[in-house]
Amino acid sequence: MFAYIVRRLIYAIPILVGVNLLTFTLFFVVNSPDDMAASQLGDKYVTPEAIENWKQKNGYDKPLFLNPDAAGVAQITDTIFFDKSVRLFAFDFGRSESGRDITTDVATRMWPSLAVALPTFLVGIGVNICVALMVVMFRGTRLDRGAVFVFVALMSISYLFYIIGGQFLVAKTWRLVPISGFHTEGQVWKFLILPVLVGVVAGIGAGARWYRTLFLEEANQDYVRTARAKGCSELSILFRHILPNALIPILTGVVVLIPSLFMGSLLIESFFGIPGLGSYMLDAINSQDFAIVRSMVFIGSILYIIGLLLTDISYTWADPRVRLS
Amino acid sequence: MKPVILWSDALIFLLVISLALFFWRLRRDPQTRERWAEVFSSRLGMVAFTVIAAYIMVALLDSLHFRRALENPESLATEEVFYDNKVTSVFDVLTGGMGERFERTYSAPFALLSFEKENIKDADGRDIRDFPPLRHAGQHLSHPDERAADILGKSVRALLWGLLLCALVITPQWLLLRGSRFPWLASWTTQAVILCSAVWMVSLSRHYHILGTDQGGADVLFQSLKGIRTGVLLGTLATLVMLPIAVTLGVMAGYFKGWVDDVVQYLYTTLSSIPGILLIAASVLLFQVYIDLNPDFFAVGMEKADAKFIALCFILGVTSWSTLCRLIRAETLKISQLGYVQAAHAFGVSHTRILGRHVLPNVVHIILITFVLDFSALVLAEAVLSYIGVGVDPSMGSWGNMINGARSELSREPTIWWTLTGAFFFMFVLVLAANLFSDLVRDAFDPRTSLRRASA
Repeated sequence: MFAYIVRRLIYAIPILVGVNLLTFTLFFVVNSPDDMAASQLGDKYVTPEAIENWKQKNGYDKPLFLNPDAAGVAQITDTIFFDKSVRLFAFDFGRSESGRDITTDVATRMWPSLAVALPTFLVGIGVNICVALMVVMFRGTRLDRGAVFVFVALMSISYLFYIIGGQFLVAKTWRLVPISGFHTEGQVWKFLILPVLVGVVAGIGAGARWYRTLFLEEANQDYVRTARAKGCSELSILFRHILPNALIPILTGVVVLIPSLFMGSLLIESFFGIPGLGSYMLDAINSQDFAIVRSMVFIGSILYIIGLLLTDISYTWADPRVRLS
Repeated sequence: MKPVILWSDALIFLLVISLALFFWRLRRDPQTRERWAEVFSSRLGMVAFTVIAAYIMVALLDSLHFRRALENPESLATEEVFYDNKVTSVFDVLTGGMGERFERTYSAPFALLSFEKENIKDADGRDIRDFPPLRHAGQHLSHPDERAADILGKSVRALLWGLLLCALVITPQWLLLRGSRFPWLASWTTQAVILCSAVWMVSLSRHYHILGTDQGGADVLFQSLKGIRTGVLLGTLATLVMLPIAVTLGVMAGYFKGWVDDVVQYLYTTLSSIPGILLIAASVLLFQVYIDLNPDFFAVGMEKADAKFIALCFILGVTSWSTLCRLIRAETLKISQLGYVQAAHAFGVSHTRILGRHVLPNVVHIILITFVLDFSALVLAEAVLSYIGVGVDPSMGSWGNMINGARSELSREPTIWWTLTGAFFFMFVLVLAANLFSDLVRDAFDPRTSLRRASA
């Protein structure tokens, strides 16, 4: 097991290098530092001197991959690629184009993101399982078909409408909670409850529909027929036989998402004014701050790779028949 | 009149023609026919398909662009014809100039007065502050109180015309398809509803703004209708870009195995480990910078918006092929172990021939399911991307841009709800139809579900 994890971590290195090369190509080769300087400075102030100044200030005045002027190791280290990309591996994110330290920003903004994303994730799974179980109880009836239709209809509503509708109904019309904002002390839950609610409701369609298929797959297994034959009640079949077995695919399916919870949700955070990583990314995209986008891409891919690893481990944990090799 | 062919127009017609040819060829295959028959033998499938077809029709009509010829002034004695700078589409003409009746700013659905007070002169010439009358709503009414009766009368008349149109469209179908085993009645009912509401919209919009107007005074209903083209095109073109990459790499990885497999797996793991929305946003922003720095590439604004749109389709396609590629690779791995492929090897059939004749036809169902499933996902993604600011050009009408412009207006008093309603309705109907249809297609084409049903 330990050897497997170590090997998987070593496999992750070429993938991260690939991510790095790809973002580097996107940001520096497709668009040269000159272009970036020009677009950052705005159309009016573009003079060759201004561009040089900007490049020097932000550390883009070096060659891309190889520096022939430097000596020894510095030939490789004194380049944009090393400065801006290789350093990410040491979690040294450097400074954003506006001069703030990205590492500190990420560390402080991670917690509000988690405060919204974790409850949404957990409550969401609970609600989806309950809804799916209720539907499975009535499998094969008209109620089941109606519920599936409702699930598909819920899936067909854009996420934006869930947020806007939630804000309009709960916060504006009923005035139960503030429309948006965030506090670190005092009544934090007041600001969290609506984003979590919206996130959960928006996920019911797709989630409950998926869990329903998983439950039905289990319900067609032989052991269910056996249980029924030996006289188990339908309820005990559902909760004692189907539910624990169906939890395995549910668990292994959602584990991949857990690390990404740190990244938060782009839309929820920006609509509700939560100072997390999601709104951080959105602000970076809007202000075209590529240093932040680059760092977030890197963090995101690391979290995704950890998620894949966790998925594999959860397989062995949930189902002893699976051996990792 | 001078036809204008934008890149997206050309691509969508190319796509429709190639799809038609593809299905025409598949027609002879009894297995495929059986599967499609299953999809269309349910009433739900018929209704969903009719709705999707209606949307595609609107999108195609909206993709036939031209520039109107301007009439030369009398003083100008030349044979040369000048063209309008504005690009019009056939759809714009069919809606009877619904998009050309602008107001000053917001107005509610079927309103006669503007939404905001302005300084106007009353009958006696005094300056007062009141809601000014709209320019294009209820001009024919002599008194505002007649409005309800007028709307009712016009609706009934429109409905009668609509029924006449329905009779014209549906009767030939009925004569042709009477004895068919498919539930055509469901389709005809849907067609009748769509046609009647279309006639109603066009005829009433000559006298009122059915869904009001937005901040710039543009008709909301018309904008929602314009959003259809953007949504449909994005949903199909992005998948079109993705398909060749995913299919080629997936089939090659699964068939050749070894280092090809390793490379392809590495590629898609790398790509899928980057957060999708960031990759898309970064690519779009970079393209934006590129356009801004090379402004002389495009003659008219429409072409620039179109180039951005095509770029968005390409970016969405290039960043989203990993899922399909993984599925196809797994399926090809399975297929290439099967007896008939081994036999073909033993007979010395070339790789290309085996891939073309034995492997590809057996992964078509995956491609098809993905195509339909991705369509609705892409339509929904467009709204989110436009909100983030990396979606389609603001000059190109789209549901995402409408939502983006209207979301802050809900906090006003009284609430401006009509823009969101328009975008919501048209988007919801399309995505719902596509989702329902994709469920049916998956049930019919996925061997696992069809096997399960056969055994049950």
